[in-house]
Amino acid sequence: MNREELLAAILDALTGIAPEIDATALAPAKPLRDQVDLDSADWLNFLVALHARLGIDIPDADAARLTTLDRLVDYCGKKL
Amino acid sequence: MIEFRLPSLGADMDEGKLLEWRVQPGDAVKKGQIVCVVDTAKAAIDVECWHDGTVQRLLVEPGTTIPIGTPMAILREAGESEAQVERLIAPAPPASKPTAAPTAVVASVATAPVAAAPAQRRRISPAARKRALQLGIGIDDVPEGAEGTVELADVEQAARKRATPPIARAPAPSAPAAATMAERAAQMRKVIGAAMARSKREIPHYYLAEDVLLTAATDWLAEQNASRGVADRLLLAPLLLKCVAAALRRFPELNGYYRDDAFAAGEGIHIGVAISLRAGGLITPALMDVDRKDIDQINRELLDLIRRTRAGSLKSTELSAGTITVTSLGDQGVGAVYGVIYPPQVALVGFGRVTERPWAVDGGLRAAPVITATLAADHRVSDGHRGGLFLAALRDLLQNPAELTKAMP
Repeated sequence: MNREELLAAILDALTGIAPEIDATALAPAKPLRDQVDLDSADWLNFLVALHARLGIDIPDADAARLTTLDRLVDYCGKKL
Repeated sequence: MIEFRLPSLGADMDEGKLLEWRVQPGDAVKKGQIVCVVDTAKAAIDVECWHDGTVQRLLVEPGTTIPIGTPMAILREAGESEAQVERLIAPAPPASKPTAAPTAVVASVATAPVAAAPAQRRRISPAARKRALQLGIGIDDVPEGAEGTVELADVEQAARKRATPPIARAPAPSAPAAATMAERAAQMRKVIGAAMARSKREIPHYYLAEDVLLTAATDWLAEQNASRGVADRLLLAPLLLKCVAAALRRFPELNGYYRDDAFAAGEGIHIGVAISLRAGGLITPALMDVDRKDIDQINRELLDLIRRTRAGSLKSTELSAGTITVTSLGDQGVGAVYGVIYPPQVALVGFGRVTERPWAVDGGLRAAPVITATLAADHRVSDGHRGGLFLAALRDLLQNPAELTKAMP
């Protein structure tokens, strides 16, 4: 899976949780939760969706650092 | 004979529009079964029937808006024959006083039975209906899935077929759908406003607050979550709910309803959870018997409740069962929330955002995670002294999370 495909998969998981967002308008280097209204339950559901899609189970301690799309893509790329 | 009436859908909803029947005359109905889907200002609701029986007649046509309490269907009980029930609901003789016999009310409605619905009525889940509206897709154009029903996934598949950008994302809602969403938002704001105005008019609120040290709770959660996969991971919210339920056992005067100038204690601890909707507004569906469940079950049920609330797939009992409400601002919010009680309940517990604050320990200061817990309660039922003891109990219980998280008998 290349970087673009990975980003598409992550955005797909995200729009499943927050259908109102325009995924193309998100700035990949900016904190995601400043751009999308996600509460802790949404965030957990997003991690569950990522696990289902990519088979990556992100530990709690790591998840807190994955604040931007760029970081998410980097992290998932290494784990795959 | 059983009259099935539109049940209460919470203090802020006094009417509903019948979207579809899930049963037809002749169908056997079990207690707890979903018999119809009713749209309200807030969401489409799956309405459950609370009797076993057989459907004899449907009294309301889909598309009709009716007030809470309106007879919607006639069921016959075990042992009753069709003819017996027909006699019971036959038009009352002209001599009878219209107010005398309870059956007279039924009769006036029942004399115009609904035309038999088409045999092949499509079954559409409320979540699918709502998503189709968001996406601007006609629900009638969505083909049924494998189960013969139209589910959320079928709508999304139809949306994908229609839109063809390489990266799947929600297409912008079309103009008519957007108008409907805006109308719904305005209507929701209106019903929330009406319920909250009634609360402020009728309920003499008092407010209390307490800062609670959360080191033990957050340490316990981190330790639990370190060894759990994403699917089993615990949130802070279920721990707070569990704590409220445990404290309420000692303060029953905060758990229940104020009706007809008197307080009636709740028959269980059913916590209404304030859940914000992505398009604005909120719904407070109830988690049942929170004190009797362990933390894993509450965590699962809370996540499911949040998901179903936002997908528009709630049951009628969940909307009216709450005996108290808890509102939690979450980690994106601010320090404290002073809530408005949801009538006919008598208390609301609020939690602000967890923040690192200076905390005095053994004559020194250190930074520690702290949450502000608040109580808004009804002075007709309790006073600040008891309310204060309740918040103090909540504070103390949160210092021992491992003990708190078990199910209580």
